[in-house]
Formats: sequence, structure tokens, C-alpha cells
Amino acid sequence: MAEQHGEDFEQPTSFAFDAESEGLVAYHLAKYPADKKASAVLPLLDIVQRQMKRHTDSAWVPRVAMDVIAERLEMAPIRVYEVATFYLMFNLKPVGKWHLQCCTTTPCWLRGSDDVVAAAREFTGIKHFGETSADGLFTMTEVECVGACVNAPILQVNDDFYEDMDSESTKKLLEALKRNAPPPVGSMIGRKHSAPEGGPITLLDIKPAE
Amino acid sequence: MLSDKDRVYTNLYGIHDWTLAGARSRGDWDGTKDIIARGRDAIIEEMKASGLRGRGGAGFPTGLKWSFMPKQSDGGPAYLVVNADESEPGTCKDRDILRHDPHKLVEGCLIAGFAMGATAAYIYIRGEFYNESRNLQHAIDEAYEAGLIGKNASGSGYDFDVYMHRGAGAYICGEETALIESLEGKKGMPRLKPPFPAGMGLYGRPSTVNNVESISVAPTILRRGAAWFSALGRPNNAGTKLFCISGHVNKPCNVEEELGIPMRELIEKYAGGVRGGWDNLLAVIPGGASVPVLPKSMCDEAIMDFDSLRAMRSGLGTAAVIVMDKSTDIIKAIARLSQFYKHESCGQCTPCREGTGWMMRVMNRMVQGRAEIPEIDTLEKVTRQIEGHTICALGDAAAWPIQGLIRHFRPVMEERIAAYKASHGAPAAPRMAAE
Repeated sequence: MAEQHGEDFEQPTSFAFDAESEGLVAYHLAKYPADKKASAVLPLLDIVQRQMKRHTDSAWVPRVAMDVIAERLEMAPIRVYEVATFYLMFNLKPVGKWHLQCCTTTPCWLRGSDDVVAAAREFTGIKHFGETSADGLFTMTEVECVGACVNAPILQVNDDFYEDMDSESTKKLLEALKRNAPPPVGSMIGRKHSAPEGGPITLLDIKPAE
Repeated sequence: MLSDKDRVYTNLYGIHDWTLAGARSRGDWDGTKDIIARGRDAIIEEMKASGLRGRGGAGFPTGLKWSFMPKQSDGGPAYLVVNADESEPGTCKDRDILRHDPHKLVEGCLIAGFAMGATAAYIYIRGEFYNESRNLQHAIDEAYEAGLIGKNASGSGYDFDVYMHRGAGAYICGEETALIESLEGKKGMPRLKPPFPAGMGLYGRPSTVNNVESISVAPTILRRGAAWFSALGRPNNAGTKLFCISGHVNKPCNVEEELGIPMRELIEKYAGGVRGGWDNLLAVIPGGASVPVLPKSMCDEAIMDFDSLRAMRSGLGTAAVIVMDKSTDIIKAIARLSQFYKHESCGQCTPCREGTGWMMRVMNRMVQGRAEIPEIDTLEKVTRQIEGHTICALGDAAAWPIQGLIRHFRPVMEERIAAYKASHGAPAAPRMAAE
């Protein structure tokens, strides 16, 4: 794809699974019938993206890696490309160390996701979704409902959900990320998961496990 | 109020140990072998008698669905596919099962899989649930180690494998045939039915796709009996259900309650009430983004079950209750859902691919009021041309929120248009155009 117009980043010319990735490839392939290797295309794309993160601190899937996957899974390369471009979670260009995935769907919007997005824009200097900050640390992506709506608004950072966000906690979170000190994941106002603020009012009779 | 002893998801909030030891202390994996020993038919009959209707949104009777699988194996594989691709805006109930009660799901896979003659289960979990997937995989690994699944699962003499498969960010994969396509390594594009998955599903083999909540509630129903479950809730709307209460309430939360609880009671008892009080309520989307919105006057009377909400021309859906108070720009709230469906349309069927974009663009103009009053009717007509004209229900799901808006909030849309005209003079928008 390097020959394509408008690409402002470099596509690597080769890709090989490292030892850690090879272990994972074998693990996932074992889940599917031997003649249904294509089922492993999502896991393998994910393995590539995580290997890129380990090696370059940027989680993305280079084009050449898709070819490696196609060969490994005995698929036509186009079948891998179309999967990689269909699913939102594969980044087809490099992203920052901290990938800020801002949910703005109605349940998050009702709880103030606009404030979260504005605070993140101000902190990172990012103007539009899809862009990476000048220091390379942050990429902002608008995502659709991430499925944690009773803890809205959500800011997903890499794999982790930060919940019950507002403008202030967004700023604090991003400052911590900049210091490379991500806070514990979950509610930023100290809620216990999906229980109401102030603590559960049901399941109080359930005895803790011995 | 449902008492704790009748609650199925006793670790909903993740307060207790979610691993095997903790799950066992709360009654999971208790007598699994004996349940399997009852035989396929007995299990399916008990599930039918329980009145459990599918918890993924459509409300199809779960026991009946299981009975569609071939009675006699042809010697080849058959699959239970668990839909853990929870993505319906407003919905976050399966997330709590996956991270806090994963053993209920793994045990449910074995029992349901046995009852339908499946040889293995694939649990398709949305990719964004990365941390949740780690808990689930840990539970699967524990179950294998303890001999609960795998060869001679739970000492039953039945061999059964459970695999987890992570998605990668596509709402459409929550549609059962799109999920199967995705599991086969393709784009998540729904298949035409027939053939139905029970005849030809994953890898062309008999398959049944069930929601996480439907499968994970099954072991408890079979332990406590169909009579216990069907006594909860209302006729034809049996049992308990996980509700997700989000939006403009004082204390958003998930909670398990009986089906048939009045909406107002649900919101006031568990979610601390509507912000600013019940009279400050504008509208509620009662079952996830796909179902039509209800104005306050209907919320006063709404009963939270399949049939009652259907009678109000809305639906229980996933029981994700999205509450909006009077500060809400209701047109914008629905327009944002139109953006969602436009983003998530897989692009296979023309009415949906083109229609979701068209509806989003018109809805965005409606937010501004940059439209003509007759365009409201045009918009309504277009939703009818999308609804029912696509392979899967995403087209319907994109149409219904707009239909609900027009049905209940047409005066608000007209006022917005009038206000725009008043401040901008002559009509700025070309009539009937999407841009």
C-alpha cells in the first residue's frame, strides 16, 4: 500500500511472527477444525497488532503482515484485506502509544461524552478523530457503543475501559498516561463495577465465598 | 421486589470470587452430571416449561430453539454458538456475566450443548471486551482442568469442548448468521435464511446461536426447576432478567429483577430515580437502541416485559433502559443512533447501505431544523422502505428509532423547523434531498 497516494507513513517491507506470537498462533489454530484455518484470521490479525505494539509501541497491522497471515491460513490475500478493513479494531496505520477510543453513542452522549472528547482534544492538541498528537503519544478515535453504558461515559485506552468519566477525570487520566502511569482501570469515581453509586442495594444477602 | 434468593446472578457486581472456587460456593457446577443424566428430551422439556424467552433481544423461546437441532447425529460435529458480541447501545449485562459469573456461562454451554446434541461450543465475545475475555478464558481453562468440560465432561460420559473466539469491532456480528460468517473468518455479512443455522450453520453443520444470558441462566433453571422460574415474572414473560439502566438517572446501574416490573419502579428503586424527579422525565428507550422511544406519558404506565412493551409499539429488546430527562435534545439523541446504524451497516443490502446514510443525513438536518415540514413524512416513508426489505434486522433497527421519534415527538421536530426558519429567513434546504 506504500505506493498508494496520501499515505503519510511507511509500510514495513517484511513481517515475521516472533516466538511469542508463534505460540499464540498455534494456540488459536487448535480451536478450529484443521480444514477451517480461515477461522483464525481475526485472532491472527490481533496477534500481529499486539506484536507490533511490543516491538514498536504502536498497535497496528501492516499490509505485509496480512500477506503473511494469508499464506499461513491458506487464504487469498484479498480475503484477509477485506476482513482487516471490515472490522474497526484493526488499525491500518500506526497509532500512538495510548489509543484513546472515545465512545460517543447516545448512552455515553447523554452522560457527557462531548465533555470527555473536548477535554481529550484540548490536552492532546488533536483536532480530528483519527489523528495522532504531535508528540506521537496519543491517537483519538471515535468509537460506537463499547457496551458499558451504565458506567457512561467511557474512554477506552488501548484494551482498558475508563468509566464514569468527565472533563476533569479525562485530564487527570491523560496526564497520568503521559507520565506512563496508567491508573487502575474501571470507574473513575470509585464505583464498584456496574453497581449503583454508593454501593449495591441488591445481593446483600449473598455470602462471600469461603 | 425480587428477593436475593431468587436472583440468578449472585456475583453481578464482582464483589465475590469469580473463579471456580467462588462459583462453586455459590452453587455453580453442582450436580451437573445429574442434570445431563436426565437426557436431552427431559432437559429441553424443562426449558420449554420454564417459559424462558431468549435474552438477546428477540425473545424467542429458548427450549423450542434447542429442539430444532437434529435429534439423531449423523456422526459429524454440531455446534452451540454463544453470542457474546454485546453491542446494542445501552446494553452491558453480558459483560457482567462474562467477567463476574463466567462459570455460569461455561456450565450452561455444557448443558445446553448436550441438550441440543452439540459437540462443541464457540463463545463469540466482542473484541472490545478484552479484560472480560481474560476472565472467561480463565474460567474455561479451570473447567477443563477440573474435568468439568472436555472428555467425559463432569463425569457424564459426554465429550464437549468450549472455545472462546474474540471479535474485532463490528455490531453486525451480533446478528446470528453474520456471527457465524465472522467465526468462519469472513466479513460479518448476514446470510439469507433458509437454510437456518439449526440445519446448516457454522461450517455448514447444525448450529444454534444463543445469547450469553439465555445460556448462563439455564443451569439454575434446571437445578431449581421450571416451576420456580415460571412463577417469576408474568404469563408468557417468565423469570428474572438483567436490566441495564443508563442515561439521566441519579445512579445508573445493572440489576436483576422480575420481568413485568413497572418501568417507573425499576428506575426509582434501583437507579435512584430520574435526574430532577419523575416529572423531569422526557422519554425512555426501554430495550436498547433498536426499539422505539416512549414518551413520559407512556413510561408512567409501562411494564417491563416482552408483550407489554410490544403492545406500546416498542419492545423489551435487551432490557437496556436509556433514560432521557427534559434537558435532552431528543432529535439529536435519535440522530446519534442514526449515525450508529450508518456506521454499522455491513453494506450488503442496498436499502440498508444507502438508507442508513440517507436517514442519518436527514436526521442531522432535523437536529438543526434545516428542513421542510413535509420532509418529516418523507423520512417516515423512507424508514418503511428500509424496514423489512433487508436480509437481517439491522435495517429494521435503524428505522424503528426514527419512527418512534416521529410518532411521539413530531411537534418538537416541527417547532425546530419553524425556529430555524424564523432565524434564517427563507428555506435554506433543498426539499427532499439528503444533503
